[in-house]
Amino acid sequence: MSDAEYTFLVFRGDANGGEEREYKVPAVPGMVVLDAIHWIQAHIAGDLAVRWNCKAAKCGSCSAEINGIPKLMCKTRLDDFQGEDVHVAPMHTFPIIKDLVTDVSWNYTVNKRIAPFTPREDEPSPFIMYQKDVDRLYEPRKCIECFLCQDVCHVLRNHGEMSEYFGPRFMVRYQYLAMHPKDSLDRREAIKDKGGVGLCNITKCCQEVCPEHIHITDNAIIPLKERVADEFFDPVRWFIRRRGDARNAKPKEDLEGSGVEPQPQRPRPLESPGGKDIAAS
Amino acid sequence: MIESYETHEHDVLIIGAGGAGLRAAIAASEAGASVGVVCKSLLGKAHTVMAEGGMAASLGNVDPADSWKMHFGDTMRGGQMINNWRMVELFAKEAPDRVFELERWGALFDRTDDGRIMQRAFGAHSYRRLAHVGDRTGLELIRTLQDKGVHSDIDVYMECTLTRLILDGERVCGAFGYWREDGRFVLFRARAIIVATGGWGRMYKVTSNSWEGTGDGIAMAYEAGAELRDTEMVQFHPTGMVWPPGVRGLLVTEGVRGEGGILKNSKDERFMLRYDPKKKDLSSRDVVARAIYREVQEGRGSEHGGAYLDISHKPADFVRHKLPSMYEQFIKLADIDITKEPMEVAPTVHYAMGGIQVEAETGASTVPGLFAAGEAAAGLHGANRLGGNSLTDLVVFGRRTGEAAAAYADRLHTHLAIDEHQIQCEKELLLRPFESGGRENAYLLHQELQDVMSTHVGIAREESDMQEGLQKVLDLQERARDIDVQGSRMFNPGWHTARDDLFMLTLAEAVVRAAILRKESRGAHFRIDYPDKDEHLGRVNFIACKTDSGMEIKPQPIPPMPSELAQVIEETNS
Ligand SMILES: Cc1cc2nc3c(=O)[nH]c(=O)nc-3n(C[C@H](O)[C@H](O)[C@H](O)COP(=O)(O)OP(=O)(O)OC[C@H]3O[C@@H](n4cnc5c(N)ncnc54)[C@H](O)[C@@H]3O)c2cc1C
Ligand code: SF4
Ligand code: SF4
Ligand code: FES
Repeated sequence: MSDAEYTFLVFRGDANGGEEREYKVPAVPGMVVLDAIHWIQAHIAGDLAVRWNCKAAKCGSCSAEINGIPKLMCKTRLDDFQGEDVHVAPMHTFPIIKDLVTDVSWNYTVNKRIAPFTPREDEPSPFIMYQKDVDRLYEPRKCIECFLCQDVCHVLRNHGEMSEYFGPRFMVRYQYLAMHPKDSLDRREAIKDKGGVGLCNITKCCQEVCPEHIHITDNAIIPLKERVADEFFDPVRWFIRRRGDARNAKPKEDLEGSGVEPQPQRPRPLESPGGKDIAAS
Repeated sequence: MIESYETHEHDVLIIGAGGAGLRAAIAASEAGASVGVVCKSLLGKAHTVMAEGGMAASLGNVDPADSWKMHFGDTMRGGQMINNWRMVELFAKEAPDRVFELERWGALFDRTDDGRIMQRAFGAHSYRRLAHVGDRTGLELIRTLQDKGVHSDIDVYMECTLTRLILDGERVCGAFGYWREDGRFVLFRARAIIVATGGWGRMYKVTSNSWEGTGDGIAMAYEAGAELRDTEMVQFHPTGMVWPPGVRGLLVTEGVRGEGGILKNSKDERFMLRYDPKKKDLSSRDVVARAIYREVQEGRGSEHGGAYLDISHKPADFVRHKLPSMYEQFIKLADIDITKEPMEVAPTVHYAMGGIQVEAETGASTVPGLFAAGEAAAGLHGANRLGGNSLTDLVVFGRRTGEAAAAYADRLHTHLAIDEHQIQCEKELLLRPFESGGRENAYLLHQELQDVMSTHVGIAREESDMQEGLQKVLDLQERARDIDVQGSRMFNPGWHTARDDLFMLTLAEAVVRAAILRKESRGAHFRIDYPDKDEHLGRVNFIACKTDSGMEIKPQPIPPMPSELAQVIEETNS
């Protein structure tokens, strides 16, 4: 009956360390990794820690590294692993809490530092806006905050530069705000200084793992880099801007007048508890 | 040893960070209250994120003839007239403003050619009424409220589960629970508490609900003495996925039919023509769900016991554009390309119309200081919720309840004392699974409950079957005392499930008991032994409340509708 069974190697442990443990799980047609984790919980290890909500790839809770690749457990079919052992490990970039659950709270502090959508006060409501705008804005808006892109981005993962770079997820957030025809803030300086877009060196690992197929690098980061470059490095523009009509200038995104920076978390060491380290390669 | 606990204090405490909880938090904070929001998962992951099809509001952008009156009439008729008509009135009137407000906060909606918010058709709505963005409107709603909320001076406590409301006399004064991360106990003191914890779909086996749908807040309110209403009204969404087994129950949005999808049986008949020749595939959910059920019962079901839902006659680009997540869901999880082949669908438990009985204007429950909003509250949807009416419910009543709770907290000058005895009882209840020495498994007990509910109180109900189901639920309640969990209190889902089981078992009893008493068929509640409506029962709601001798269910007469509203019903009846 061995072909009707999968062998799982699931990381079990916490901040003090841990190891992979082996579990045999009966195969069911169409099964996903999260089904197997649930089976293990119900039948072998009731205290196996995992996050999940929707089991439909809609909430972005069940992120993990499956055979070394950051994925959603509820969207990863086991048919893809015929005859292979399946290693399931927590996301690497974030501090571990227990088993497959990591502390992703840093991402929430970043979100707080981005000024919210701000239409002009005299902008009439309801908005008049066209489908072609919506079609462009649709992509960044699909983000389910699974943080897999944050997990894979080497700036955060290997270099621990969480205090200097917001990470791909929040470049996607900035893309939405910057492209929205009704947002009234000039966010270029924030994207450059606070957000640290310059630290991205366009490896495109983030867009490869995005379960929503958002072209993070191509459609968010590169255009944002261009905008920032136009603003700060184009001498002609710079000159015009200096002399420009102040009434037409957009107010700048400025959320942190006080200068208090939230404490970034310590990044985790390089070795993955299970599987190879993909971002290092 | 007596274990200590940490304490936080707010004017208004909101349990739940779905659409209802977040909208309430924004409103309470704007009204000047200090606000705490507690949720058991991460912010932005609440069940609301799964909503697909859209939110209903009579903007009249596509069909200018639409009006609040039409929306009122459709919602009352959909609910088979046992709704709280005052709630429906407020809802229909305020819906458009709440949609425009979301847009101003950054929400994206599909547009009409002239640049206004696009609206799509949905079951039993007389006009195209649902504002939407593709088929991920819930994500849009929650992300918008989340981004607005984090800049609104609200304290959010994520991954914290509250399990008991603490009372000072009759008044609510706090809520007690634990941090999921390490199991530490925590008390929130507050002068007003809003329950926005969503529904209880997970007591059924085949359901579209996320793991959070265990009814916690509703059960807590019941324990604290609040009245529950319409608990027998459980909505079966007609189209859940059927195959493969792991995805059984996962929702296939009504948007598929809204965009032209057609239901067929194994004989390739468009069977909805027989059940509702006028509204056809877009008839109300109870009607479509029972039609599929009957087709399967009579041997005309699909391969895995459902019906076929086909949208492949529409251009592939159109389907991918209008229903992107459905396309992705079927390709990825079922190896089906919906632009080329039909989907297989069957009814799935989707929504609890029942919940905490509230006052229409304020969301106040029958316990002083305790409010409820969203799916946890009852009354708006009566015997059957129309698609798209829930997301709107969240923002209309989230806002109202947030404002009312802030005003209540501001007015209340009494000092509220915490009774340590109640806290001690809850600690003991929470810790029992580590000490019970019993042999019940929390996960398997949950699965047993799901089997009982699906078998005995499913889509077609019958007296003796339900009596048997009730007995089984009561037995499971006994057995739940012997739940034993392994491991420590550190992020331990087995331990978390042990407490969730108790919530669901309490509510399961309320569902069965009320279902037994409603000896008629109305909306989502279909009785094989009483297939018709009963005029007398059409004038009552069933109320569940806790008494010294256990759960009591009693009929509550529906107050007569004022003549203006009765006239609206007349006018809009086409
Ligand atoms: C797949 C699907 C699709 C849907 N599509 C639509 C649609 O297109 N249109 C529509 O109008 N409706 C739709 N609905 C219904 C609608 O999404 C829900 O009814 C609605 O989102 C419920 O929102 P809520 O704010 O009441 O609660 P929820 O979103 O369920 O949030 C509950 C919150 O309470 C918290 N919580 C629960 N228990 C506790 C506890 N013990 N302690 C602390 N916190 C707790 C949770 O963490 C969560 O934050 C759909 C539902 C499903 C399942
Ligand atoms: S492209 Fe930029 S953001 Fe994406 S993974 Fe590479 S460095 Fe990180
Ligand atoms: S951009 Fe993609 S990978 Fe990153 S958080 Fe959003 S959905 Fe996840
Ligand atoms: S459980 Fe929601 S994305 Fe996997």
